[in-house]
Amino acid sequence: MRGEHETESSIVGPGRAIARWPIANVYRYFGLLAVLGLMCLLFGLASDRFLTPRTFTSIANQIPELTLVAVGMTLVLVIGGIDLSVGSLLALGSAILGVLMVDQGWPFWIAAPIAISVCGAAGLVNGMVSIGAGIPSFIVTLGMLEIARGLALLLTGSRIVYIGSSIESLGAPLGGLPLSPAFLISIGVVLAAQFVLAQTVMGRYCVAIGTNREAVRMAGIDPRPTAIKVFLISGLLCGLGGIVQASRLSSADPNAAVGLELSAIAAAVIGGTSLMGGRGNVISTWLGVWIIAVLQTGLAQCGFSDPSKRLITGLVIVAAVLIDAWRSRRWNGSP
Amino acid sequence: MSHAEVSGPPMRAGESILRVSGMTKRYASVVLDDVSVDFRSGEIHALLGANGAGKSTLCKIIAGLTPASAGEMFLGDSRHVPTDKADAEGWGIEIVQQELNVIPTLTVAENLYLRRLPRRGIGIDRKRLHQQARVALARVGLDGLDPATPAGGLGVGECQLIEIAAALDRNARVLILDEPTAALAAVEAARLIGHLRRLRDAGLAIIYISHRLEEVLAMADQISVLRDGKLVATRPIGSLVEQDLIRMMTGVQGAALGGEHRCHRQETTLLRVRGLTRSPRVCDISFDLAAGERLGIAGLVGSGRTELLRAIFGADAADSGELSIGQEATPTLFTHPRQAVRNGVAMITEDRKSDGLLLSRPVRENVSLIDLSRFVGRLGRIRTGEEGTAVRMRAAGLELRCRSIEQPVGELSGGNQQKVAIAKWLGHFADYCRSRSDMPDASPRIFLFDEPTRGIDVAARQKIYELFESLAASGAGLLIVSSDLDELMQTCDAIGVISMGRWVTRFERDAWDRESIMKACFHHHRRDTAAG
Repeated sequence: MRGEHETESSIVGPGRAIARWPIANVYRYFGLLAVLGLMCLLFGLASDRFLTPRTFTSIANQIPELTLVAVGMTLVLVIGGIDLSVGSLLALGSAILGVLMVDQGWPFWIAAPIAISVCGAAGLVNGMVSIGAGIPSFIVTLGMLEIARGLALLLTGSRIVYIGSSIESLGAPLGGLPLSPAFLISIGVVLAAQFVLAQTVMGRYCVAIGTNREAVRMAGIDPRPTAIKVFLISGLLCGLGGIVQASRLSSADPNAAVGLELSAIAAAVIGGTSLMGGRGNVISTWLGVWIIAVLQTGLAQCGFSDPSKRLITGLVIVAAVLIDAWRSRRWNGSP
Repeated sequence: MSHAEVSGPPMRAGESILRVSGMTKRYASVVLDDVSVDFRSGEIHALLGANGAGKSTLCKIIAGLTPASAGEMFLGDSRHVPTDKADAEGWGIEIVQQELNVIPTLTVAENLYLRRLPRRGIGIDRKRLHQQARVALARVGLDGLDPATPAGGLGVGECQLIEIAAALDRNARVLILDEPTAALAAVEAARLIGHLRRLRDAGLAIIYISHRLEEVLAMADQISVLRDGKLVATRPIGSLVEQDLIRMMTGVQGAALGGEHRCHRQETTLLRVRGLTRSPRVCDISFDLAAGERLGIAGLVGSGRTELLRAIFGADAADSGELSIGQEATPTLFTHPRQAVRNGVAMITEDRKSDGLLLSRPVRENVSLIDLSRFVGRLGRIRTGEEGTAVRMRAAGLELRCRSIEQPVGELSGGNQQKVAIAKWLGHFADYCRSRSDMPDASPRIFLFDEPTRGIDVAARQKIYELFESLAASGAGLLIVSSDLDELMQTCDAIGVISMGRWVTRFERDAWDRESIMKACFHHHRRDTAAG
């Protein structure tokens, strides 16, 4: 009985070394790093201003809000959902911060937690409605996209609220370092989220839910609390992103971050997160954010017009999704 | 098998119209083995056999739904090699399957002519459509039905007749019906049979799959019995009686797998099911499962076996009834599998791919999914080293064959996938027993196996039988659903039979025989037909 299969494989072979730390198996990121390096090289050849430290510090200080939002998006995509409300929630977060600090005169340390909590609550609503009532998250968060944008415009009276220098320190470069606290916070969030996704029970459940939600249920695990938590996290990160953006612009703009959800999805997908759920990596998403940012900055420096920048970015996203489809077909396509 | 070498103008009664020769179909195993049958026009030819005997496969090959692995077919004089369903229909071969293809939002007439709606300019010529539809409906006795009625409001029987009407309108010469009366009430079934008789008299060849033996005896001209993919016999119905059919379907089985059966049944009752109901498939089912007992559940496809397990497990909430687990006095019903698992119940599902496994994930993550929390260390981090060791131990216990535990489960063979699906429950029970060590009597540990050996090879099957044995020896109670009666008779201490969602009876190991079990499977089918 045993001899029959012996030639194929051993009973249970030795396990491949498993990463002990989130970033330990760097080889996984070689592909994305190579793309990033190639892009920098091309832009460097095309423009003599590109390959300078200033370019990169300025990119680094521009991307924290997209990073935060894209981290939440990655988790949502991993469980097989989608969150279209992130751009609006970010604007809502910054609007609440602006209104509380300027109109009410509250200090930052009270206003910021409130702004983040409200966005978290909105994320919770997203999760409870879509997971609890079984409505596709695409629809629910599309509704929240409008609701949150409407709230942001109502709160601010559709005006940009100038907050001033009191919150600029979050987005400005630190004294000795050319990087802002916001950037460091976003890196911390990336590492923490990757830790949760790859190393904890919750992360394992997220991947399992995105792979086969019914199998999780039939294993006696209720997938709903985990899934709702993920939407909550996405909302909280949007609030944090709103504060980071307000500090970078010194003001709260209720019309900010329109279409940010698409950039966040693009970053996640470029990073190899599957839109069908069950596969994703936060550090790869972060590299995806870098690829988008470098593309934007590089194209601008090379003198591309705004329309052609959008065209090229779109092509890059489609290429990434094609690769994603090809990768996931290995599993889902076979009959 | 002798083949009538007759050919001529079609639709003349009694002449061979479709000849199937040496038909063979292999998936992972051979499901249809060198079957040769002759179907004649003007005859109703019933195909009989237990579940998985190959009836549906044969019909699917004839109708072009799946290609044959070997063998050939002749339609009149010419070879019949259908490329797909539409091609077979072009040759006059029509199949009406159990799952009906009627689109509820369209009208009766639109459903009839979906693929060839009469055009008028850019629109549909409704007048002509309804004229044609009335003619087609009259052919199956639905004269009174308005072609403009939405199909959604019709009953199953009418939908079936509409599909038959559509088939006839495409000039069918051979009509295949896969369990057409399974979903019908007795009156509807009788009406359908009346229509089929009339169509036969008009010269149509009808191939008819049914589990209702009385119905077959009453209407068929020929029967062919399949068993384990092989043709047992083709007989004119003549003087056959129900007993003959059952005997041909069950046959005498050769020596089976596994060793001698040892009974580990204890006195204590682990699971008490009372009046469990989830309409329409589970009706008022009551039985007991003892510690160390292996109780098989036999029944036909669609008799509610899977639904019974799912209702016990809480995968589908039951409408009414009670479960008591172990010695705990309070009867409950589970509304979510989580509650079942907390009470020591495990379910290994029938369809591994859709609700048992995370196919794209590694063996490690699949096996540890249920008791993941026991590997959690500092900061909530999973100690993957410990996890891997535990998974490897469990996998080795079941002789799981994989490159490493990091190999995605989707790459494994069916048998090894099933081992993964089982292995994930084994750690959970170790945990569960430890947490209940204070309890005086045996911990309730109940395994619900739904078709545990479907699509897996002999070696893996043997391993799973050994697992049944060792689980029973350790005091667990096993509820095993299988379409393979031999498997149940070999592995179980007792077999409960359900028919059309109702519990028929329970056979003890020393007092059973194939024929009476098989007869019990048909129990409520027979009663229903008799009632009509």
